[in-house]
Amino acid sequence: MIYLLLVGAPLLVGLLALVVDSDERRPWLLPFGCTIHASIVAACWKTLPGPAMNGWFRIDDLGLIVLSLASVMFLVCSVYCLEYLRLRKERRNRLFTACLSFILASVSLVAVSRHMGILWVGMEAATLATAPLVYFNHNEKSLEATWKYLMMGSLGIGLALLGTFFLALAAIPFEGRGDPLLIDTLLSRAGTLSLPWLKGAFIFLLVGYGTKMGLAPLHSWKPDAYGESPGVAGAILAGVITACPFLGILRAFQICAAAGLSEFAQGLLVMIGLLSMATAAVFIIGQRDFKRMLAYSSVEHMGILALGVGLGPAGSFAALLHLINNGLTKGVLFLSAGNIHRAFGGKTMDHVRGALRRAPISATLFLLGFVAITGSPPFAPFVSEFSILRAAVDGHRFGVALGFVGLLAVIFIGMATTVLSVVYGIPPNSDSELSAQGDSPLMIAAPMVFMALVVFLGLWLPGRLTAVLSGAARLLNGGAS
Amino acid sequence: MGQLSQLLLAFIVFLSLYLLGSSSLTGCIKIVALQGMCLGVLPLTVRAEGFHPQGLLLAAGMFILKGFAIPWVLLYAIREVKIRREMEPMIGYIPSLLIGAALIGVSFALAERLPVPAGLRTSLLIPVSLATVMMGMLMMISRFKAVSQVIGYLVFENGVYLFGLAIAYQVPWIIEMGVLLDVFVAVFVMGIIINHIARAFDSISTEKLTRLSD
Amino acid sequence: METLKLVASYLVMLVFAPPVMLGIITKTKAVVAGRKGPPVLQPLYDTLKLLRKGAVYSTTTTWMFRLGPVVSLAAVLAASSLVPLSGTPLISFNGDAILFVYLLALGRFVTVTAALDTGSSFEGMGASREVAFSSLAEPALILAFASLAYRSGELSLARMFAPHGGPGSAASAVLALGSLFVVLLAENSRIPVDDPNTHLELTMIHEVMVLDHGGPDLAFILHGAGLKLVLMASLLVWLVLPEMPVAGRVGSLVLGLAATAVVIGLVESSMARLRLIRVPQLLVAAICAATFGLILTLR
Repeated sequence: MIYLLLVGAPLLVGLLALVVDSDERRPWLLPFGCTIHASIVAACWKTLPGPAMNGWFRIDDLGLIVLSLASVMFLVCSVYCLEYLRLRKERRNRLFTACLSFILASVSLVAVSRHMGILWVGMEAATLATAPLVYFNHNEKSLEATWKYLMMGSLGIGLALLGTFFLALAAIPFEGRGDPLLIDTLLSRAGTLSLPWLKGAFIFLLVGYGTKMGLAPLHSWKPDAYGESPGVAGAILAGVITACPFLGILRAFQICAAAGLSEFAQGLLVMIGLLSMATAAVFIIGQRDFKRMLAYSSVEHMGILALGVGLGPAGSFAALLHLINNGLTKGVLFLSAGNIHRAFGGKTMDHVRGALRRAPISATLFLLGFVAITGSPPFAPFVSEFSILRAAVDGHRFGVALGFVGLLAVIFIGMATTVLSVVYGIPPNSDSELSAQGDSPLMIAAPMVFMALVVFLGLWLPGRLTAVLSGAARLLNGGAS
Repeated sequence: MGQLSQLLLAFIVFLSLYLLGSSSLTGCIKIVALQGMCLGVLPLTVRAEGFHPQGLLLAAGMFILKGFAIPWVLLYAIREVKIRREMEPMIGYIPSLLIGAALIGVSFALAERLPVPAGLRTSLLIPVSLATVMMGMLMMISRFKAVSQVIGYLVFENGVYLFGLAIAYQVPWIIEMGVLLDVFVAVFVMGIIINHIARAFDSISTEKLTRLSD
Repeated sequence: METLKLVASYLVMLVFAPPVMLGIITKTKAVVAGRKGPPVLQPLYDTLKLLRKGAVYSTTTTWMFRLGPVVSLAAVLAASSLVPLSGTPLISFNGDAILFVYLLALGRFVTVTAALDTGSSFEGMGASREVAFSSLAEPALILAFASLAYRSGELSLARMFAPHGGPGSAASAVLALGSLFVVLLAENSRIPVDDPNTHLELTMIHEVMVLDHGGPDLAFILHGAGLKLVLMASLLVWLVLPEMPVAGRVGSLVLGLAATAVVIGLVESSMARLRLIRVPQLLVAAICAATFGLILTLR
């Protein structure tokens, strides 16, 4: 029942948004739907609901993390949307509003499913629902970005499907006893899985969902999609939609770990993680477009997530914490970047200088967000990145640790160049009518809430959250659910 | 696994090869439609123990969707933007044909080495599906025109579907429906996009979609 | 007595099958185009007419030029003894498939050297094209033969092309059939590779090579080319024919050859000659199909 609500409520709101005919009133559906969703999720935190539908749906600690992250991100972003869509009156927002709700519905589906097939369907739905968001600006560049997003997304989703089929083939030894794609069945009979097929399945799932996540080398859609979509869509993409494929990879990892393939899977994750970080570092240096810079930062952090999971139990805990921290911080960055973009009418360093003068609060938030995402105390990402580093050192993976720190340093320098020149300096042409657009209350409030959460989690990790995170980390490393 | 399904599978691979070497977009769309029809008929030849209504329905759906609906959308798209031929692709036709032949060899070797379950050992399903997947991906990365890339994606999807067919007897049919849905929506959305690309650029070459780069 | 009958029917096939087959192709094309067309035996009349004429030799040519037509016809005649033209072949031994390929290659080689011997740039151009395309058609031929040889475990033409019912044989046979058909079109300079009717030197391949030949020489070349077509077509027919008693074989072969000629005629009526630059693509496709067929039989 609760699963039906989690998926159905946003779905209904989305359908309602398609029906409502007023561009002014329609956006109000978003905070409404998100509030309902958030309250259901809060109820889940109180008592975890049991399995439903032959065990196809159940929330475990991993799912709960993704679900809660999505719910919080959406709730805050929906408030931002109210103001944003009011400012963008020249565009019809019917599809935008509806698709945001559909994304929430499909993300919830991914988070609560215990079936690799359902998980895949949810991921596909999320991919398709995101395309209109990327295309929201209806110009040549956003068209190109949407095209790349769809092509790469479809390829990734197709590869993931192939991986799912491989998984079913690995389960041939079950001989028809139990659904071969049900995660619980797979976990309980992991010992009998056919290892070559399971290895193939993990590789395809990693590459396929990795494409959706934006792991190198199939990340090329990311800068375009993030750069051309509105700031709020960027926040949802970077914070929530990347968490879903990550969950898919984690599920595959869970099965591999249960079947005794953890070393194989961890090796791959560490490799692809470091590769993503290195790719991001190369492209972030000298990046003149600050939204594309954020996209590469997202590639980097996806790499960090993969790396963390590859480093064993302690690393997994840190990676899951980083999933939350990265999402929230990306919320700050993308929303404030969206504000700056609008205040200047451009997003490259040629057009944007001295944001502190034109949009002081957004610029401050952007600066703080940059400091946070690059891993400086007292913000939350520092905690998780430091824990990953410690996991590497404790595991005597000194090479990995060195690479990790080195790449973080390079990325810090690369991002600093861009961010500082955006924030400081004198605005290029100070005509007053543009600067009036600078900061508006709701559009600052949303990133401020994210910022507050980032600071809060950086200073104090609630006991309940720690419990859920370590529960999830246990799941990933062969523990029973 | 009868002779008929073997023939169909060989034909499917042959069609993928043809696509790799063909430059006429209309021809390519017709070939991919033919391939889709073969895929639709294939389940009827694979399962010897009789059909359930579900399987029959799926086959019919597949036949109509891949054989008619999707090609129609694509033909509509290229009629709207008046293009006929692929320009010289990134990897030429002859090299891509040769790579295609090599990929077939690789996939057969791969299928030989993987522990294929007993029921599938003599069948060509798995090697053919792997080969089709790889050739589809090759086409996606080596062509410039948007329509060609969609065709490559369709070939890729056909390969994935073939693989699904190999394990269909133990995976719930909802997955197969998912594949159908996936293909349909993907092409539908892509069709819209192509339409918009045409309007924005007066041609649907993705080579022009290079404004965004680092 | 048996041998005598075999030789007699062979002789009939060797003399009449090539012109009749060419005649049927021309007739088919004429009918499709709505014309009446020349009589089916017209190519035979042409050959007879040419045989009665004398030959003219340019002073720049050497013995190589005169060698070409004779050796090429001889090579094809020798090759024909390996193909079961009258139910069973005249000669058959393990490995004759390789000899068959080499005999065809020898015929082509002497035609090409004769063309080069004239010193004319047109002939040279045709020769270079012929060799370029053959170098692609030959691998396809050999790969198709290889897959058939693997399928039957034999390396003699008669056995390789005999009906066979092993697992996975249908698919590989069809692929071999397809690639052999393309090779047939290419080797015999038919559309879409070459247009036998065009007499524009710039676009011709085979015809341009034999421009300087006349009289009996030309007759040899024309008959040899027709015979080559018959040989390859009869291989295709044997591949398709099911198991049957010896008595029915000749009749079905004749019918099959006629049907093949009609198919070629239809192909020629329905499509235009490919641009030269696209021909290698077609041949490489045939190579790929043959490779795939080989892979299918190997597993």
